[in-house]
Formats: sequence, structure tokens, C-alpha cells
Amino acid sequence: MIRIANGQGFWGDWLEAPVRLVEQGPIDYLILDYLAEVTMSIVQKQKQADPSMGYARDFPPLIGRIAAKMKERRVRVVANAGGVNPIACAREVKRLAPHLKVAVVLGDDVYDRVDDFLARGLELKNLDTGEPLADIRSSISSANAYIGAFPLAEALATGADVVIAGRSTDTALALGPMVHEFGWRADQFDLLAAGTIAGHIVECGAQCTGGNCIADWQTIPDFANIGYPIIEAEADGSFVITKHRGTGGRVSQETVKEQLLYELGDPRNYITPDCVADFTTVRLADDGADRVRVSGIKGRPATPYLKVSISYLYGYKATGTIVYSWPDALEKAKAADGIVRARLLALGLEFEEIYSEYFGANACHGIAAPAAAQPAEVMLRVGVRGKDKKAVDRFTRELIPLVLNGPPTGTGYGDGRPPVREVVAYWPALIPREEIHTRVEVVA
Amino acid sequence: MRVPLSRIAHGRSGDKGDTSNIGIIAYDSRHFGVLVREVTAERVKARFGPLIEGRVERFELENLGALNFLCYGALGGGGTLSLRIDAQGKTMAAGLLGMEIDIDESELTD
Repeated sequence: MIRIANGQGFWGDWLEAPVRLVEQGPIDYLILDYLAEVTMSIVQKQKQADPSMGYARDFPPLIGRIAAKMKERRVRVVANAGGVNPIACAREVKRLAPHLKVAVVLGDDVYDRVDDFLARGLELKNLDTGEPLADIRSSISSANAYIGAFPLAEALATGADVVIAGRSTDTALALGPMVHEFGWRADQFDLLAAGTIAGHIVECGAQCTGGNCIADWQTIPDFANIGYPIIEAEADGSFVITKHRGTGGRVSQETVKEQLLYELGDPRNYITPDCVADFTTVRLADDGADRVRVSGIKGRPATPYLKVSISYLYGYKATGTIVYSWPDALEKAKAADGIVRARLLALGLEFEEIYSEYFGANACHGIAAPAAAQPAEVMLRVGVRGKDKKAVDRFTRELIPLVLNGPPTGTGYGDGRPPVREVVAYWPALIPREEIHTRVEVVA
Repeated sequence: MRVPLSRIAHGRSGDKGDTSNIGIIAYDSRHFGVLVREVTAERVKARFGPLIEGRVERFELENLGALNFLCYGALGGGGTLSLRIDAQGKTMAAGLLGMEIDIDESELTD
């Protein structure tokens, strides 16, 4: 049995979680999931500004902080912290933890190959809309293929203490150590599916140990010291989800089921670079306090394609808010919204979308929200999105004047006019897997 | 009798681009049939009205006593494009769990 713990569900997750996982009990692998689709474009921009950047900056200091404990307890780290510059990330880790062996997985970054792909007739059509990539070629800011567990296992085979990948899938971070430890082969699809689903359960950190849990949330103990998840993985593909003793939170069939359903598409066809996993085959059983046993998982061969995540500059947006107090808070907010829209129209400004929400009334659920007879206050939030930066900038000046020249009791404008933000959008596409060649390098 | 769906089920919601995924899970797996009967794709679509621009697709996970709904065009463009506060549809499950369902008193096992 090996213990694989996830200490980071996204870049920005709780900084103490990975430290506690290493210190508060036994684990063999610490995995850290840093990358979301949008993250890649952010790190790409950072690299363009400074060629030594372009990775999850929180990662090297974390390794510096836990390096001694890692050696003492023989904990190895697997992280997709590399962003678009895994080697720079690895060098910084080596600087802060010189006695650790660090390996990187390269080959996911295809930003410099896009023109070559297009020239050879690989259209990289948008998976959602079917549009060809050529339409937005000039706006692309990053392009990365999702890589699976086998390159990570290959990196672990070098004996590295720390394995840094770029755009590996979240689930591969858990499956990679299993492939390495148990010697699973690329055609053992049930085993690969089991490791993939284990990875899915822990990929969002504490979201499977009581965090964001709707079931009985008031009774979940000690959120302040919530334990992050640990997979106790067996060579036969069965595993237990648990957390360190004495930590807060809860592991139950309810907490695990909620996470199984999270961001799930067709449950029979969970497609990864390693296999297609079938969530309808998952069997759960109680296995003592804060332990859930998972077994029975089936999988099928992977598809001939890898997913490519491309980011591109889409346009601009801004959102601003004003608060109105009772009486008639919602009516005032709606009147203010009408005034803003009339003024934008009079200015001849065009936007792709103007969207208004009423916080305290129905912003989250629309018509599904329960009616509030007389809300104490309502916050109007108006957003615009468009290709024309100047028009979006002009919009940001139209909210605050309402405090003086619109309905009464407008307040809460203290932060001034809202900033204009670049909209970097995400373009999912497929590429034949033989186009992507990963390689492992040990960084000296 | 009519009870809120939250009486027999919990859930979690998230996003895949502009698609909101809503997972609804029976506390007692014996209520899976009630979920299948009461929480149809049509009712989910109607529940949220204009928030869901596209269709709603339902998948069954009897092994977990759960249903998974994919609500297309439900997140105002999704990801970074969305102008909605709940651009990732994090609260959609809670919104659906407030829906009233019909259930026989004999079916309520608690």
C-alpha cells in the first residue's frame, strides 16, 4: 500500500495544507495541483515579461519549507507547478533545496508549434464550437497538451524527490505514483481507471474531506484545521480515501460522492490521456472513522487524441457595483440599472453583452431563488464585455455618478470605478497523440 | 406530499466551460428511484428558466444513488468570459435542491 496525499487543489489553495500533510502523519507522495485552464495564460504572460518566470511561484518556497521533512520521512513530491517554464521552476527548487533530486517532464508546451500544426492541416478546431483555430491565431497566448501519468512515472523512475510537470492532467498526479510503484501497464485499463478516479476524488483537495460539502455541513468538525485527502492505494486498484488522524473535516460516503460528481460530464466516458474511466462502476463502502473504501472500477482504452488547452486574448470586461438600502432596495437597483443602460445607449457604445445581477435578491439562482419580501439591501452588479477596450473603459465611469444623479440611498462605491480586465479565453482542441513527445530531464 | 428535494438529497455543482454540471445524490440509495422520477431534465431546465440557455442532459449513476445534469449555456459564456458572479455554477446544486418534489409518505424512510 502507498499513501498519496493532495496538498493543493488549485494555485491559491491553503498554504499550510501541504506542510501539515508532511508533518502530521505518514505519506509516501505529496501531489500538488496548481494549474487551471486560465493559469497557463497567466504564467505565459509572466514568462514573456521575465524569461526566468512562468511557473507556480508558490511552489519552490513550499519545497524549501518542507525539504528537510521530505528527506527524513522519504516523501516524494509530484506537481504540475511547471506552468510554461518547468526548468526555471526546477532550478529555483534546487536553489532553495539543493540536496533534493529534481526531475521535470517536458513536451506538453506546443505554443511554438501551432503554426506548424496549422500548416500541416491540423485545424485544432474548438471542441465546443467547431470553429477553426486559424480564426484566432494572432491572439493565442499559450498552447499546452494535457499529458498523462506515464511521463510522470518515468520521471519518478529517475529516483527524483521532486517531479515537476507542466500541463499534466490533475488526475495523472495521483495515477503517476501508482503506475511507478505498482508497475501498471498502459493496457491495464481497469487499474488506470481506478487510479484516475482516485485522482479525481482528491484533485480539489479538501473538497472530498468536508470542504464545500452540502450534506450535513453544520456538523462537520473543525474546518479551521481541515485535513487534506490521502489515498491509500493498493496494487489491485482498490483504495481508501482518508485524512490524517486528529485533523478537522470529514471523510464519508457523502463527502466522497459529492466530489465524484464534481465537474463530471458523461459518467461512463471520463476521458483522460491514460484511459476512459467509467464512474458508474465505482463501489463505495465505509471502512471506519473518516475512511471510505473504493473498489470495482472499470476502464477502457484511451482515445487516439490528447486534449490541447489553448488560451487567447478575447476582449475586455468590467463589472461594477452599487448598494441600495431598503425601503424598495430592489426597485431602486433596477431603476439604476435602467439608467446605466440608457446612458450607454445614448453614448452609442456597443458591447457583446451587458449583464445585471441583484445581490440579496436573486443573483445566484435567478427565478429559482426564494422571494424576499423586503430585502434590507440589494447590490446591483452590472458587467459589460466587448472587443473595444475604450467602450469598456467608458462604461466604468457610468456607475458612481448614479450615487448623486440616480435613485436615493446609493452607496458602497468606495473602491472607485472598476478596473477594465483583459478577457483571456480558453480554446479546447484535440491533437493526435503521436504529435506529442514528452521527455524527462533531471535538473542539476 | 411535497417536500424540497434537499429533504432526500444533497449534491455539488461545478463547471465545464459554459456548461454547468449539477450532481444530485440521494442520502438513502433507496430514494434513487424517486430522484429518477421527480428530477427530470425538463424540470431542471424549467427550474432555472433563462439562466440555462441551452438544453439539459441527464445521466444516471445508480451505483452512487445519483444523477448528473449537464446544463448547456448556463454560465454566461463560462470561464473568464462570464459576467455572472457565479461564473462556475458553484451554487447551482443548492438552487436545485430547493425545488419541491412529490413523494409518498411511505417513501420517506426517516
